[in-house]
Amino acid sequence: MLNIVVCVKAVPEQSIANKLKIDPVTKSLPRLDIPLVMNSLDSHALEAALQFKRKSGAHITILCMGPPPAGNIVRECLALGADKGILLTDPAFAGADAFATAYTLAKAIEKNGPVDVVFCGMASSDGATEWVGPEIATFLNMPVVTMVREIVEDRGDEWTVKADYQYGYRKVRLKLPAVITVTRNLNQPKSLSFSGILKARSKEITKWDREKLDIPAERVGLKGSPTHVTEMAHLESRREVEILEGSLQEKIKRLVQILSDAGVV
Amino acid sequence: MIDFTFTEEQELFRKAAREFADTKIAPHVPTMEKTNRGWDEVVKELAGAEMFAVTIPEEYGGLGMGYVARLIALEEIARVSVATAMMYQVFGLGIEPFIRFGTEEQKRKYLPKFASGERLATVAVTEPSGGSDPKGCRTTYKKVNGTYVLNGRKCFITNAHTADAQVVLAVDEDNPDALTTFVVEKGMNGFKPTHEEHKVGMRGCNTGEIEMKNVSVAAENVIGGEGKGLKVAMAAIGDVGRGGMVGCALGLQRACLDASVKFSNERILYGKPISNLQAIQFKIAKMKIDLEAGRLLGYRAAAMQDKGERSSNEFAVAKYYATEAAQKAAKMAVDIHGGYGCMEEFPVTRYLRDSFVLGPSAGTSDVMMVIISRWALS
Repeated sequence: MLNIVVCVKAVPEQSIANKLKIDPVTKSLPRLDIPLVMNSLDSHALEAALQFKRKSGAHITILCMGPPPAGNIVRECLALGADKGILLTDPAFAGADAFATAYTLAKAIEKNGPVDVVFCGMASSDGATEWVGPEIATFLNMPVVTMVREIVEDRGDEWTVKADYQYGYRKVRLKLPAVITVTRNLNQPKSLSFSGILKARSKEITKWDREKLDIPAERVGLKGSPTHVTEMAHLESRREVEILEGSLQEKIKRLVQILSDAGVV
Repeated sequence: MIDFTFTEEQELFRKAAREFADTKIAPHVPTMEKTNRGWDEVVKELAGAEMFAVTIPEEYGGLGMGYVARLIALEEIARVSVATAMMYQVFGLGIEPFIRFGTEEQKRKYLPKFASGERLATVAVTEPSGGSDPKGCRTTYKKVNGTYVLNGRKCFITNAHTADAQVVLAVDEDNPDALTTFVVEKGMNGFKPTHEEHKVGMRGCNTGEIEMKNVSVAAENVIGGEGKGLKVAMAAIGDVGRGGMVGCALGLQRACLDASVKFSNERILYGKPISNLQAIQFKIAKMKIDLEAGRLLGYRAAAMQDKGERSSNEFAVAKYYATEAAQKAAKMAVDIHGGYGCMEEFPVTRYLRDSFVLGPSAGTSDVMMVIISRWALS
């Protein structure tokens, strides 16, 4: 039976994106008082794991690093069918860049025990670096395939996958254990079921902090981050409405002018 | 200490119900509106999402999640389709007499199939002469050689044509004080759903009449005991029926508020969104106040019900408040939309029509006032 770890991230709900406050000092998004949801691409990673569980059996561990409210996301994953949840939560983890995040996640994967596959979403909707998956693989000394859109074959520990590559795809054969980051083309995640929510009652969520992971303080959070966000700003998107006046010919002339100015025609 | 927060599990349940309503119910709404049908498809969706199992105890194939969970599901469904929420709420109303008054044999026979949605239930109390005075019931039964023979007509029965088992209230032909509830099943000789109603709102929600002509019902189909029918009907309607209408009303209030906020932020007048105008802001504030108050009333009553406490009076207050508020919210939402509020492309026209059906269902606001005043004066 496969031992699968799925890394999930609690990200700000998209509907409040334009209301998010940016920490003026750390240039990060404080997550304690905002509604958090599962990163959309991570739900495809979880669904990939669940498909293996349904097909041939698998033990799925959810790994999430975030503030205590991120525990709700882990619980949701358990309700969707995962077997075990681990929440990595410690104020010391705050402000981690992709490198420090990947290091902390890798240490937790090692502590959790043997693993065959680590599934991650290819990117997060907030950071969107796409680095965490490959960096986990580096720390664990495992092969990694990013942007996987199809698992073509899964024979024992030899898998063949299709992964997005510029305007096409590449077909990659890999040997487990491995890290795979997935795109939304891989599958269609299933919805929560009421009975799944009830089954999750008996599944425990383990909480690990820095000490439990036995990591030095300088390797986690802001201190352990070699990259720093120097500026962050809201993207302003303004749409202007112009109502065309005049005769039909005048309106057409103006419309063609607008399209021409915009480089469309 | 009073805790007004939902549990983590209830929040997850709400998320699941919201996703279900948005992805599985919303696509059916245009057809329901256009054809006044579509209930078979919607019922299949409800069954697939384990909706019918919510209040049924686990030992009978249900989920045993209780009445707060039911109210959450209803609110989320009604936000998208009050017609679907109405059907769902009345299926729950039909299930309730089996849970509360059914014999062990009846529970084992009916509840697992109700939970899976393989069979559907409803309650038939209302008659052409009225529904809120069950003592005026004219549907009769007569005991003949150990079985009961039913005759009469029931009207305005939600799910009349779709339910497989109907809990029917009837009066003893020889004793006008003896009211009994019977399980009348589809296919029984002499029993048939007849007229289908065309309501002003909740299109696609099946409502109709049923007719019983010399329907022979076995003694094992008596539910709650002979002569105990009033208690069975009132307990089901008082808690589950009124509670269900609260869920429908809260969902509709939210829909009105959401549509009004969206429209007023987008509609430009005098160079600014109309949400900048105090006249609009105050309407939105009133909707929000009513929604918050209605939710407190409704969820408190449901929490009492989950504790096994009597909650029919609290539900009467919540039902009165939330259904009246839903009507006001729908009117304000239409007003905020101006001319667009008269166009069927905008959902607020549906909200207004649906809101009018909320009032009479499970007892009019005037009947709720009678109940509430009795409670206050007692």
